[in-house]
Formats: sequence, C-alpha cells, structure tokens
Amino acid sequence: MTNTSTLAPRGGGRASTPGRRRSHRPPRASGLPAWSIPYVLLIPGLLVIGALLLWPLIQMVIISFQKVGLVQISGKKPATWVGLENFTKVFENDIFWSSLRNTVVFAAIAVPLTLILGTAVGVLLHRLGKKMSLFVIIGIMFAWAVPPVAQGMIWRSLFDAEAGIVNWALNLLPDGLSNALFGRANWSGVPWLNDAWSIYMALTVCVVWAGFPFIAVSVLAGLKGIPAELYEAAKVDGSGAWRTFRKITFPLLKPVFAVLTVLSIIWDFKVFAQLYVLAGTTNREAYNLSMYAVTEAFKAPPKMGSGAAIAVVLTVILLIVTAAYIRQMFKQEEL
Amino acid sequence: MKSPLARRRLGKTALNAAGVLVFLVAVFPVYWMVSTGFKANDQIFTTDFIPFPTHFTFEHVTRVLTDGVAGHSIWLYMRNSAIVALGTVLIGAVFALLSATAVARFRFKGRTPFLALLLVAQMIPAEALLIPLFLGVKRLGLYDQLLGLIVTQVALTLPFGIWMLRTFVAAVPKSLEEAAWIDGASRFTTFWKVLFPLVAPGLVATSIFSFITAWNELIMALYLINDPTKYTMPVALQYFFGQKGTDWGAIMASSTMMTIPVVIFFLLVQRRMVSGLVAGAVKG
Repeated sequence: MTNTSTLAPRGGGRASTPGRRRSHRPPRASGLPAWSIPYVLLIPGLLVIGALLLWPLIQMVIISFQKVGLVQISGKKPATWVGLENFTKVFENDIFWSSLRNTVVFAAIAVPLTLILGTAVGVLLHRLGKKMSLFVIIGIMFAWAVPPVAQGMIWRSLFDAEAGIVNWALNLLPDGLSNALFGRANWSGVPWLNDAWSIYMALTVCVVWAGFPFIAVSVLAGLKGIPAELYEAAKVDGSGAWRTFRKITFPLLKPVFAVLTVLSIIWDFKVFAQLYVLAGTTNREAYNLSMYAVTEAFKAPPKMGSGAAIAVVLTVILLIVTAAYIRQMFKQEEL
Repeated sequence: MKSPLARRRLGKTALNAAGVLVFLVAVFPVYWMVSTGFKANDQIFTTDFIPFPTHFTFEHVTRVLTDGVAGHSIWLYMRNSAIVALGTVLIGAVFALLSATAVARFRFKGRTPFLALLLVAQMIPAEALLIPLFLGVKRLGLYDQLLGLIVTQVALTLPFGIWMLRTFVAAVPKSLEEAAWIDGASRFTTFWKVLFPLVAPGLVATSIFSFITAWNELIMALYLINDPTKYTMPVALQYFFGQKGTDWGAIMASSTMMTIPVVIFFLLVQRRMVSGLVAGAVKG
C-alpha cells in the first residue's frame, strides 16, 4: 500500500501521455524533472538509514562523552557532559582489557579456522560427484540455518558438565592417553562453561561449525566460475593438488577470499547471541566488547555513557576493517 | 592397487568418505537438538550417550506448547516473533525496492557514496545502535512495543536488502522497459507492469533474508522489550534456564520449533543469499 501511495504522484503521467511516443527517452514523470527521479526513489531508504542508523551512530558518539544514568534516561535531568571521563574509566577497568583481548584473540582464531575449513569443504564439494555434492550441501545448510540463539543452546548442551557429549567422548579416551594429553582421565562433571578460556573454546567450535558452510558454498560458487581447461592443463603438467590450489584456485578466487575474510572478521568481532547463551552475563571475565558494551549500559544502575564508550571502540575497530572491505568491493567496479 | 584406475577409484572413495564425514559433523548437533526434544528426561540427564530417543516422548513439545515459559505458551512467543519478522519484511521490502531501483537503474551524483554507505551500514554493530535506539524508542513511547522492535529491525536489515535487491533489478534488461516506454507507458506503469513482476523473485529472496534476520535477532528484543507477553522466541528461550536447573527437553523442543521456519526459508533462497553476500566478488 505504501508503495502505491509513494509512487502515485509520479504515476499521474499515465493519463497525460498522449498516444505513442516517438523518442526512446523515458517519459517525463509529471512535474518531476528526469534527473530528480533517482533521488525521489532514494528518499524513503535514506530517511530510514539516516534516522535509524546514522543518527543513532552519531548519538552513540555523543553519549560516550556524557553521563547518562537512570535520571537522565527518565528525562528528569538533561545528560551532562563529562568529557573523556567515560573513556578513561573504561580504559582503567581490567574487564575492558580482558574483553578486548577476548574479542581479538577469538576473531584471530575463529576467522582463519572457519576460512580454512570452509575452503577445504568448498574444494571437496567441487570434486565430489553431483549427487554426493548435493547431499553434503544440504547437510551443511542445516548447520548454517540454525538461528544463533539455538546454536548457542545446542553447544551449551553438548558442553554441559553433567549430560554433555563432550565429556562423554573424552571419557572414551584410554586413560593413559587422556592423562598424557590433558593430565586427567575422568572427565565426568568437568564444567566447560565456567572459565573464560574454555567458554571461548566452546564458542569457537560453535562459530566455526555454523560459519564454515557459508564459506564452503561461496568458494564452490567461485570454483564453478573457473574454466575446467585450466585444471586439465595443470593436470597434464603433473601439478599436484596443493600446487594447483596455490597457483590457480587461490589467485583466481582472491577477491572472493578477500570479501569472505572481511565478512567473517566483522561477524566474529561482534558475536553476541552465541556468547550470551553459552556464558550468560554474570561471568565478566568472559565478556567480549559487544557483551561488555551492552551489559555496562543496561546493568543496574545503568551506565549508558560507559556502554557507548565501549561501543565506540568496537565500532572504530570494525570501521578500520570495513575500510579494507569497501576498497575491495569498489575495486571490482560494476557495482 | 598400482593401476591408475584402481588408484582413481580409491581416491574417489576417499573423497566420498570425506563428504560423508563433513555431512555428519554438520548435521550431528542439529540432530542432537531435534532428538533431545523427544527424549524422556531420564535419557537427557544421563552421562551416557544415547544416540536416539528410545523412550520417545512428546512430553516436552506439548509442555512448551501448553504451559510454555513464564505462564505463556511458546505460541505466543512464536506469534510475537512472526509479527516482528513480517512487519520488518513488509516495511523493508517497499523501501528496499525503491532504493534498489534508484541505484540499479540510474547513474546519478551521489550514487557511489550511497553504495559505500550501504556497506558501512552493514558493519555497524547492533550494540552500538542499541543505546541511542533504546533512548529514542523510549522517548517515542515505543518501548515494550513490538512496533518499536520492528522499526529497529527495518534499520538493521535495510542496507543489505537494498544491496541484494539491486543485482536483481540490474538483471532485468533495460530494453524491456524501453519497449514499454515506446508503447506509451508511463514510468509508473513500466515499473509496476514490467519491472515489478520480473524483480518479484528477487524481492522474495530479499524478504526471506530480512525475515530470517528479524526472526533470529536477540539484542534489540532483549533490551527493548520488558513485558513477558511481548517476548520474541530468542528472548523467551533464555527462561528455560531456571533456578531448579536447565530444562533441556523444553529448550531443545523450542529451539527446534524456532529453527524449522528458518531451515525451510533457507533451502529456498540459499543460493541467492550467497550471491548477494559476495556480490561484486563472485562474477556470474
């Protein structure tokens, strides 16, 4: 309905168009010069993006320099400027540094793992027969489709101390081997989701499991675009699988990998739902920047200013990464 | 085993075995979620590995459908999620189509900055928007309202919606529109009668993407809604972690119910989502 009403004024051109036109030029919409049409079409989208993304983004930066607590939220008092106080307080807090470390280390491990596993599966899919390939694609599609909250639930249950499969599987290891590797033979009741490091291990497994299918399917799509003759020629020349990948596949798919890498970095830097389910909000040692920003802003009593300051740090990191992403996208031209 | 034929057959078997392994690794956790929802409690709370529910039960499913969480059945939360997701899709689709037509059909000043803006917008973390949006939603009286949630979801899904839809609009041959113009159709008629039907499949794909995103979203729903009768599924699920312990049967039954629509939609548009996400990088 909105669609019709937005367009109606320009649609008036229909009635006033007298008979057949000779020129190939599009008809002028009534009352609007042709050059203005794209701008008119853009207005609704720009309004939404401006009002709901850009304005809040600017607001967030402003709030990061203000004190916004309960009285300010209720509107009883105007927000007061505190300069850099939010930032200095946040930077003095150990939780900020452990959150930053958790965020960066997690991304540094999860992103390459997802990319390597995804690429390997993509190459595998390309070499499998048609039926087998479809079978595997449908399987990995399930892992990819599970909502993030449900992903967290699944892995929380698998890493459960009492009833989890992970502990059951580790108990299957021969005691000697288990002792040699991990220094313990009995895994019953080991609580994985108490310590920050083991929470992040579970999170890594969860995110890599849910993330590799997208990489695999994208790589497969890229591989299908590479002419088969190139591979046949390589085969004739006696090139091995690894050499073929390094000399043909990787260079040709470089733009694909660049985009996939940046997307994965963005996703893994701001992972929230899975961590929220796996760790909850009470374990401050296990916060990443997303979780820290949100809990700091909404805890009792709320500290929106400090929360915004942390969110600013996260956004700046993501902006730097995205700059590389946008450059890559525009290098491809033909947008 | 030395002959090339035998070696090739061995290679083929190894590849297929790897394929089956990947399949199992991907599917097992999903299978675990589904099967746990149908296991009796004595089979869930055990240190043994019970591969499939031998004490098969609908107990958890009926429990979450009738009692549910916090005195409300799962249906209520599913309905709330559906309202938010459908509202997001309906509003978002109109805006996305208009903007996508502008960038795909016209070359105008400011087009490149707008495309860059879309890419930047996709990166902005929801956590960063949450604080100002919370304050804004509160000021507008939309706090604790599904409409407030819909508005924020439109914002979060629109940039990618436009980005994805523009490739569909661009794929419609311009000559078709020109033919309509020659026949004296107005711009609006051309848009409605020629472009729209051809872009419809793309609009469906984009809408499904927005639907899934809004259906899955946690942060906004967590902090913009306080009233339990307005919880969405991702928020409601948290309340199965009770003080008396974790109700895994109920969690897994509800998680499965939440996942079913996503999986169905996903299978419909997965290819389009891939090409949308890596558009510009993957040619063809």
